[in-house]
Amino acid sequence: MAQTPKPEELAKIEHSPPLMEGWMDRPVEIREGFYCYGAKGKNLAAVGMPNPRDWNPADEDWKLPEDWKEIVLDGFKDRLDRFRSFKLFMDICVRCGACADKCHFFIGSGDPKNMPVLRAELFRSVYRKRFTTAGKLFGKLAGARDLEYNVLKEWWYYLYQCTECRRCSLFCPYGIDTAEITIIGRELTNLLGLNTDWIQAPVANCYRTGNHLGIQPHAYKDMIDFFVDEIEEVTGVRVNPSFNRKGAEILFITPSGDVFADPGTYTAMGYLMLFHYLESMGLDITWSTYASEGGNFGFFTSHEMAKRLNAKMYAEAKRLGVKWILGGECGHMWRVVHQYMDTFNGPPDFLEEPVSPITGTKFENAKGTKMVHITEFTADLIKHNKLKLDPSRNDNLVLTYHDSCNTARGMGIFEEPRYVIKNVCNNFYEMPSGTIREQTFCCGSGAGLNAGENMELRMRGGLPRANAVQHVHEKHGVNMMACICAIDRAALTTLMEYWVPEVQICGVHELVGNALILDGEKDRTTDLRGEPLPGMEDMEEEEDV
Amino acid sequence: MNFIISILFSGIVVSVLVLIPWVGVAAFDLRFLFGVVVPYLAMAVFFIGMVARVIGWGRSPVPFRIPTTAGQQFSLPWIKYSKIESPKGNGGVIIRMLFEVLLFRSLFRNTRLEYRRLANGPKLDYEWEKWLWLAALMFHYSFLVIFLRHFRFFMEPIPGFVHILEKLDGFLQLGVLPVSGLNVPSVFLTDMLLMLALTYLFLRRIYIPQTRYISLPADYFPLFLILALGLTGILMRYFIRVDITAVKTLALGLFTFKPTVPEGIGVIFFIHLFLISMLIAYFPFSKLVHMAGVFLSPTRNLANNSRMKRHINPWDYPVKVHTYEEYEEEFRELMIQAGLPVEKQPEKVEEQSEETGEKE
Repeated sequence: MAQTPKPEELAKIEHSPPLMEGWMDRPVEIREGFYCYGAKGKNLAAVGMPNPRDWNPADEDWKLPEDWKEIVLDGFKDRLDRFRSFKLFMDICVRCGACADKCHFFIGSGDPKNMPVLRAELFRSVYRKRFTTAGKLFGKLAGARDLEYNVLKEWWYYLYQCTECRRCSLFCPYGIDTAEITIIGRELTNLLGLNTDWIQAPVANCYRTGNHLGIQPHAYKDMIDFFVDEIEEVTGVRVNPSFNRKGAEILFITPSGDVFADPGTYTAMGYLMLFHYLESMGLDITWSTYASEGGNFGFFTSHEMAKRLNAKMYAEAKRLGVKWILGGECGHMWRVVHQYMDTFNGPPDFLEEPVSPITGTKFENAKGTKMVHITEFTADLIKHNKLKLDPSRNDNLVLTYHDSCNTARGMGIFEEPRYVIKNVCNNFYEMPSGTIREQTFCCGSGAGLNAGENMELRMRGGLPRANAVQHVHEKHGVNMMACICAIDRAALTTLMEYWVPEVQICGVHELVGNALILDGEKDRTTDLRGEPLPGMEDMEEEEDV
Repeated sequence: MNFIISILFSGIVVSVLVLIPWVGVAAFDLRFLFGVVVPYLAMAVFFIGMVARVIGWGRSPVPFRIPTTAGQQFSLPWIKYSKIESPKGNGGVIIRMLFEVLLFRSLFRNTRLEYRRLANGPKLDYEWEKWLWLAALMFHYSFLVIFLRHFRFFMEPIPGFVHILEKLDGFLQLGVLPVSGLNVPSVFLTDMLLMLALTYLFLRRIYIPQTRYISLPADYFPLFLILALGLTGILMRYFIRVDITAVKTLALGLFTFKPTVPEGIGVIFFIHLFLISMLIAYFPFSKLVHMAGVFLSPTRNLANNSRMKRHINPWDYPVKVHTYEEYEEEFRELMIQAGLPVEKQPEKVEEQSEETGEKE
């Protein structure tokens, strides 16, 4: 694995591309630290992907089928006919450059091919050569080039350096969305078995076991049982979640990262505590081991794979006979749920329009999909004064909030999490305006890039986010950043360790769990992480003695 | 190919486009060709090309509802949602599109990265940068006004809006020379703004390292072509006067499909006419199609209502999924041991299969 440079080294970024060179004249250089390992044959085969074999991106030979060029070009043509977005975005860019310095990967790396416009030109150049008259006639003068082995490698290298965050699409005067181009470009690479293993292994796992980490049903339950013990230790209250329970009113689905990776686990405890609190007020909710993954790495593979993995949500809701689905804190899960699920696998006519059993609120915005975001659910509870909260239990925290790209620009959920945070915490500060809400910066590790071997890329891509955190850390003493995305919780933790080690990461419902006053709880001395609560620091020390 | 080659190539092509009618009319007197045939051909190419383009886009469906949400979604009744930036219905989408098309809303968001390395690490700032937006707006609106002003030549009697536009456009009452009585018309503001904006857009393209790097000949060519078009227009209006009455006769003839080429029109007019013909003929095959394409952009023209209203994918097809039954089949023992409910008990499975076996 490549050595990741120190922050001082990494910060030496040159944003000016070479003066006298055309970008087509510079062949791709596949650099260590910037790419993920190739998908393993067994993981490709597990879900019937083409060309299953082990391969290494650093090798000269990627073990492609003889007719790889034909496969890609046919696939290209097919997608031009199936996606207006793709066709339009190949045609209408004027290269105004407004997107150039909006991409976190360009900001952090200075690699000109990470400018969204140039990332797309990698494809447009081949599009012109193969599908436009001018490109066929005038070649390079018309900005056209043919698909060669090296061009395919270049595509691959940069397709897996885009996190599909859509920040560029916000600034584009025509709404050209690089995420669309990346998604479709990755579909093309997947026609040749060129996925990364960091994406393909979770896909294979999720297909078989229901979640990315390949956790089998009993182990999933074990993990939640462990949280139950932890919660009891902190609060003295034993919560009692149920699994795969038929006849429950609501099915709860959250990314498996919340169940298996710190600090997401504390968020999972927050969910458990909230559900327990609401049980006596009429909440009837179940977890599922079959639909034990909210996230969807299929979305980073192809539309078809996204649909195949997403199908479990409605299938499980139908089998269990629930009325509606509640979804946990996750970014790309919510992009898929909000913008794709009903189209993929609907209509869910076996479900009912979601109504909060506690407040009676109809979630009109989810009346089609029948799936509600947990911050919508919790914000509604707080608004109706249904939760007894003690925000002072989060007083050791000075918070900021990171809008996850997918929930920001693919959903528009901004106020709900902020409302929850402001009701469970007393110290909250926003990051600068150009770095939050719809203009939020990606963690640098989304869309299946949160591996270990591409750490330099991740730390570079996360620089704009980290820098905004550093600003509020220095100005307001922020020491905790909340987010509603499981990949964020894992990725931002690493990012903060690298750039702003004084700041930690949490989910919004971890904060809820800390503030929520459960019936019959003991006097809490620690938060869910086992850290002493404000004013209890001495007691901890006494115990230690 | 570097930017100098791109600029040279585009410059040479535009120069050739200027020379063609110049030689054609001045040396070979091909007035009918350049005054009638070429403009008609160009218009045909423009209309057929643009219609084909739009139909081409239209034939590709929009399988998923993918608006870029730039504001708070509609959710709980007490949360104020952004009706324009995250519209929940078609009304909001129409307003969003109007803002986009008429005011270049997205471009207005533009910022400029300011990257510095300080003693305690890198410092990123996102600075005010509205010049691109301003120049783009200036360019497009000037072009529109100039185009509309040209209806003075296309229609008889001259429509009222042309008079109003001319009055507004000439409100500065600037003469080219500070001498009255020379019969030099007042300067139109839009002529100046157009040239200014084009010059800025060109200089910006080569000055900013990133845009210089991404620019193709196809980016310089239309800039140069429109600059040449504007320049010939300005020359004609202020400096090298042509017989306006004759020009109008020709233009009216074209627009009423009774083409005539009156005598006595200067070559400069034919150059101007040829350049606009080239511009509109080039339109459907170039990035200039963004004019029509922007209306079709799925990240802008769709409502953020996909959890309320089902969006249909016309090419949707069934896919292979891993069913719960298959899942339970693999993990049943483990699930039972962990106390998880299962659909079928192991013994029953055997019985059932025996039963079905008998029936068969």
